[in-house]
Amino acid sequence: MRSLDLDALVRDRTKRIIVCCGSGGVGKTTLAAALALRGAELGRRTVVLTIDPARRLAQALGLEELDNTPHPVPGINGELHAMMLDMKSTLDDMVLAYAKPERAEEILTNPFYESISSSLAGTQEYMAREKLGQLAADTRWDVIVVDTPPSRSALDFLDAPRALAGFWDSRMARLLVAPARASGRGMLKAFSLSLTLVHKVLSKVVGAQLLKDAGAFMSAAESLFGGFQQRAERTYALLAADQTAFVVIAAPRAESMDEASYFADRLVRDDMPFAGFVVNRVVQDTVSELDAGASLRAAQVASSPVAAAALRLHAGVAKEATHQQVLIAELAAGHPDCSVATISGYNEAINDLDDLRGVFPELEPAPAK
Amino acid sequence: MLVRVMIEQSTSPSAPPIRWHIVTGKGGVGKTTVASALALALADAGKKVLLAEIEGRQALARVLDTAPLGYGEEKILIGKTGGAVHGIAVDAETALIDYLEIFYSMGKAARGLRRLGAIDFATTIAPGVRDVLLIGKITEALRRRDNAGEYIYDAVVLDAPPTGRVARVLGAAHEVAQLVKIGPLKRHGELVTSMLADPSTALHLVTLLEDMPVRETIESVPELRSLGIAFGSVIGNRTSPVPLPAGRITQVDIARALDAAGLPTSRTMLASLAEQTRGHRQRQDNETEHRASLETLGLPYVELPQLFGGINRAAVRELGTRLGDFA
Ligand SMILES: Nc1ncnc2c1ncn2[C@@H]1O[C@H](COP(=O)(O)OP(=O)(O)OP(=O)(O)O)[C@@H](O)[C@H]1O
Ligand SMILES: Nc1ncnc2c1ncn2[C@@H]1O[C@H](COP(=O)(O)OP(=O)(O)OP(=O)(O)O)[C@@H](O)[C@H]1O
Ligand SMILES: [Mg+2]
Ligand SMILES: [Mg+2]
Repeated sequence: MRSLDLDALVRDRTKRIIVCCGSGGVGKTTLAAALALRGAELGRRTVVLTIDPARRLAQALGLEELDNTPHPVPGINGELHAMMLDMKSTLDDMVLAYAKPERAEEILTNPFYESISSSLAGTQEYMAREKLGQLAADTRWDVIVVDTPPSRSALDFLDAPRALAGFWDSRMARLLVAPARASGRGMLKAFSLSLTLVHKVLSKVVGAQLLKDAGAFMSAAESLFGGFQQRAERTYALLAADQTAFVVIAAPRAESMDEASYFADRLVRDDMPFAGFVVNRVVQDTVSELDAGASLRAAQVASSPVAAAALRLHAGVAKEATHQQVLIAELAAGHPDCSVATISGYNEAINDLDDLRGVFPELEPAPAK
Repeated sequence: MLVRVMIEQSTSPSAPPIRWHIVTGKGGVGKTTVASALALALADAGKKVLLAEIEGRQALARVLDTAPLGYGEEKILIGKTGGAVHGIAVDAETALIDYLEIFYSMGKAARGLRRLGAIDFATTIAPGVRDVLLIGKITEALRRRDNAGEYIYDAVVLDAPPTGRVARVLGAAHEVAQLVKIGPLKRHGELVTSMLADPSTALHLVTLLEDMPVRETIESVPELRSLGIAFGSVIGNRTSPVPLPAGRITQVDIARALDAAGLPTSRTMLASLAEQTRGHRQRQDNETEHRASLETLGLPYVELPQLFGGINRAAVRELGTRLGDFA
């Protein structure tokens, strides 16, 4: 099994963007912060873009409020900036940048805009990538570490923005929302369904008002969608560039490893710069010479109740550690060309910068500057 | 108090037994596992149960080692005393077509629209409507009766979205009913809202006995309470499986046990075991504190131990048995 050297990764001068992805809850935000801290303490000017960090992690990074700009993290031997993604204001900024001024106002006040900016699937991924694009354009940063949104699948970070932009750009969306303008184009006639029927059903389902708002939004935002689509393509190109490195994070559990494996295959297939896997929170068996079966046998004959319980608990640890090592070996065997790092850490919570440094216990402390 | 918590339990002494179990909790705490175990426990108690998911993840099929679930409510597991678990993965498109068929007899047109991408479009631009349709399908299954007038399902267990999203999903019905002034969609929203508020519906909260999850569970309660759904139990999941009795752990005691089992020992091994045991003791002490914090919620409390070596159908069975035994 090739091991992934995280220190080498943050030190590598050919890499400027490190993307931490993985399925929900595996430690993307934590590892993004820990990697960025490491990079900064190794002397690189680093910024980390976090998405919805746990409150204590945000506090540890000195992020008290959401304002969509990088802030210096105090108490660090190096230069680290941290920021939290603010979706709404990123989207507002884009509208202002891409729409004509009189249209921008119309868009921003449309009731439908509200629901897009908060709940449309893919918006968060889109905005995270947009923000990454902005950070990448800023020469202040040697390294940009990016956390990815908590989604069901890591693939969403690659695909959702394009799908979202495509959704708005689709002829279907225009036809359905604005039948007046669409009539005469003849597309729906081919399906022998009258536009009025489509419209009737849709307004039954989503309500006539929403459909009207959406229609007004669509026509006001028409010029915007081309821009959105282009941006999605451009940020995708940035992700595919050599200066980027994808780190795929997984929990040592079957479903999480499968998902990571699937995602890595996709990266490799699309020639994306895949750096390797990080398996996070792996159980460490410090008494590996005593396996689960033996430990249980000893527990059965133990005369001291405390010793019996201790041995049964050890059997659990041993069984789990073995199980996890099998999963890790399978992951590595399935991807012989890819590197894997494992991170232990079981119960402790991340409360401050020292805890964050402790995420990589096997790394040498960063040299004092 | 020896109630068979969750199985025959009611949300209050005067309330009917729970028919709709909604299982939520922070991401990754074990909602899917617990929902599956609960469904099995109910089936083992002889009930006909529908186990449902609404997020299109096929999470249930994964834990229970079954083929991917569809909309068809297939029987997926057999309980001990004639009970059974049926499974459904509700998707918004099918639920919408279902809805258009039931209320407008427009199923055929709706299927045509699906081919055009219109159904996908509608559920995308109106996420609230989408949520009402998903939850609406569950309430339909709950209300469904056979020819003799008996409910088809004794209980429905919903593997619900995580705490962060569940309020929006369950609250959507109320919002839609407010937003839409007349017509079937309003009635649909109202019906869903009334079933959520019914005393036979219970919201169960799964948590780990760790700092963050416990804190977030406690913090989530006021918002969830405002949904008007009665709370069921709090489930402490993945807890330390073997309680350490009081008393110091000595290397001598461990060495004796290993000796008695004919196993070799070494000084470093004994030291590491003692050290590991101190770690377990620390964890159990923390868990005791977290249990006490959870108790302040004043809700029934159930606990499931951490199982090792991965969760599969057998493990879910074991957890289900524990829920059933929780008396
Ligand atoms: N190596 C570690 N050591 C200790 N705790 C960890 C470690 N990695 C993650 N955690 C903890 O696990 C929890 C989840 O981590 P985190 O929020 O980073 O995951 P995520 O992948 O960003 O989740 P989401 O998908 O919800 O965004 C947090 O409470 C975090 O403190
Ligand atoms: N009692 C337990 N013992 C050991 N492992 C468990 C236990 N309960 C759950 N797990 C494991 O924890 C992980 C998360 O469980 P599960 O998928 O049920 O959580 P969830 O809350 O549904 O997650 P999500 O928020 O992603 O839907 C899974 O790998 C599962 O196998
Ligand atoms: Mg995160
Ligand atoms: Mg789940």
